[in-house]
Amino acid sequence: MPGFDLLPLAASESNLLAARELMAFTLAFHIVLASIGVAFPAIVLTANYIGLKREDPDAMRLARRWSKVAAVTFATGAVTGTVLSFEFGLLWPQFMERFGDAFGIAFAIEGLFFFTEAIFLAIYIYGWKRLSGWAHFWSGVPMLVAGIGGAFSVVTANAWMNQPQGFTLDAAGKVVDTAPLQVLFNPAWHYEVPHMILAAYMVAGFLFASVYAVGMLKGRRDRHHRLGLLIPLTIACIATPAQIFFGDVAAREVADHQPAKFAAFECIQQTGPNQTEYLGGICTDEGVKGAIGIPGLDSLLVGFSTDTVVTGLEDIAPDERPPANTLLHLSFDAMVGIGFALLALAAWFAFAWWRWRELPRTPWFLRAVAASGAAAIVALWCGWIVTEVGRQPWIVQGLMRTEEAVTEAEGIWFAFAGVLLLYTGLGAAAILVIRGMSRRWREQGESGESETPYGPSAGGSAG
Amino acid sequence: MSKADACAAILWIGATMYAIFGGADFGGGLWDLIAGGDERGKRPRARIQRSLTPVWEANHVWLIFILVVLWTAFPEAFAAIMSTLYVPLTLAALGIVLRGAGFAFRKSVESLPAQRALGASFAVSSVMTPFFMGAVVGAVASGNVPAEGNGAAFSSWLEPLPLLTGAMFVASGAYLAAIFLIADSRRYNDRDMEEYFARRALWAAGAAGAFAMAGIVALHSDARYIFDRLLAEGLPLVGLSMACGLGVSIMLLRGRRRGLRALAILAVSAVIWGWGVAQFPYLLPTSLDIATASAPGPTLLSVLIVFGVAAVTILPALALLYSLSQRDMVGESGE
Repeated sequence: MPGFDLLPLAASESNLLAARELMAFTLAFHIVLASIGVAFPAIVLTANYIGLKREDPDAMRLARRWSKVAAVTFATGAVTGTVLSFEFGLLWPQFMERFGDAFGIAFAIEGLFFFTEAIFLAIYIYGWKRLSGWAHFWSGVPMLVAGIGGAFSVVTANAWMNQPQGFTLDAAGKVVDTAPLQVLFNPAWHYEVPHMILAAYMVAGFLFASVYAVGMLKGRRDRHHRLGLLIPLTIACIATPAQIFFGDVAAREVADHQPAKFAAFECIQQTGPNQTEYLGGICTDEGVKGAIGIPGLDSLLVGFSTDTVVTGLEDIAPDERPPANTLLHLSFDAMVGIGFALLALAAWFAFAWWRWRELPRTPWFLRAVAASGAAAIVALWCGWIVTEVGRQPWIVQGLMRTEEAVTEAEGIWFAFAGVLLLYTGLGAAAILVIRGMSRRWREQGESGESETPYGPSAGGSAG
Repeated sequence: MSKADACAAILWIGATMYAIFGGADFGGGLWDLIAGGDERGKRPRARIQRSLTPVWEANHVWLIFILVVLWTAFPEAFAAIMSTLYVPLTLAALGIVLRGAGFAFRKSVESLPAQRALGASFAVSSVMTPFFMGAVVGAVASGNVPAEGNGAAFSSWLEPLPLLTGAMFVASGAYLAAIFLIADSRRYNDRDMEEYFARRALWAAGAAGAFAMAGIVALHSDARYIFDRLLAEGLPLVGLSMACGLGVSIMLLRGRRRGLRALAILAVSAVIWGWGVAQFPYLLPTSLDIATASAPGPTLLSVLIVFGVAAVTILPALALLYSLSQRDMVGESGE
């Protein structure tokens, strides 16, 4: 980059690290809220539908309360998402300058979905009192579509960074022509997008269910809590097996198209067939230390045969190898491990329901559900660490290095410290506010709620 | 009109929508801030909260719209602005977080100290955010953002014109908010609040007018290109804005209320388009013009298509939200 060499190396490296940490932290914070935003409509509308269809006051009350929680999480997600939009330009101006005209197309479409979600979420969450039951229900449906559409647009932009296409560069590396559909439907969208949408449904579903599992463990085993656990848990458990399938597809695609990332998170040093799959351990140049190795499994998973040749880091130029291989490896293992643990939980739940139309009676089931929300969030973070740190040193795979993209602005570490403080306060305040709401609801009791939905004459909530 | 010019027009439409609706939401925060102690400020604060609650997030999306259109259609201009004006932009982003969170959380807590703290966060940041956004716009207009980016981090915006533009943003938001709140108070037959906000609308009109006059003087010395064109090509719009602003003030003094909102919206919009006309064909006067900064044709076409889709889907949906909100069909509770 012109002018970049003028900076002392240490200063620019420090800026790069600060910018990456800041981006990672704000993204990690936002992705949890974004997941709730994507998947909340399906969960709340399911409860709303049951409530209307079966005239079920418990389901209705849950839908109403969840929509009040969503008002808090959506507002927080809207502002943390705005911060990310600013950060694209503030932290990575050279990236936006060179590739904004290609990368940006997906975001232009995202704007439409964000508008739709903001408008109909407002109508839905503030429309309980005056809109008629089914009109109100249908006002929520556009936000379900917008959540999925918005997730598609944002994640396909990220997929484009992993497998960029749809543009022509001139000799100086400037984009001179674009093919918007090729940008939007880049080769990575078909596995990254469903993987993230399903992750959102798992995070939101398990998180909502875990709240009610904790309540039931404290002895609140009324119908309100059972239904509050069943609806989101069912949605999350349906998403889980599909998620494992798309995760498997994604890993194979990464092995084919981003071999450096794959080799780094699987700790593969030498190229060859019959690669061992390592679980856990520490990555070193000589191979993995302290891991459980399953001979041949890695090749088998990549190409359905132990003869499949998998690229090792030795064939990647040293300055193009991803950093922090141990972090990548453990993140990948944690994500997969949590995924299978949640699959086991889903199977347990499905079996009990099929057999007895009832939740498993042991408290261990509730304990597992109580832990599932946090576990799903950890898996979500691990997945993003794998895809983002694993793409380093590139910001646009093979075309632009992250160090070329970073701003020359000063004081990024101060900004990082400030944001750390601000977001800690923001997260704590959001949790306190939601806990306060929940405490007030409990004091009101499950039956006597002051607010009646759908007008004073409906009277359907006094169950 | 080239595709690039059309995209620039879309950018200005987004800026106009944000200045009117987002600006009024910030203005509501300013009136909340100076509404006085718990007891005295109770009624206006309740009025402001009721008006803002269902719409502020949808209004906020215009900002995302502006950012996205700018970085997609004019990536060079976006990078230049972001890499030069990172100080006021960071402060504006900070304000956005504090404003949104403060407002959303305040109505979900019950303890008075918590409400006060969150309310303060909402109100202070409602002034801070438009001020720094205005400073960014003023710095661009001053020609302090070089096309290649990385301009002066502080002196680019710590100048009379950017600071006056910031003040004008705050004042015009407060002005629109007061005008909108007059109408909202009328709907509830709340005569006291109607008068309350009518008085404040007049103050805000005076402040916005004074800042605008001072701004024109500053334009003369700091942004000569814009000054010259504003008083030539932009003159009809300047005149329109002044006429509408004067009309609003006379109506306020005479207690006339019909058509206030439309006139006030026109007064603010005319300034924004006057600025656009005066700056044409530059995005960054006078170092980067629309044609040079623009993305390749297919990208511009995508932006135009997205805007076309928005015009037939998002605008009616927004109209539905506003109409439901005006008819009190959406809101936290009836009055």
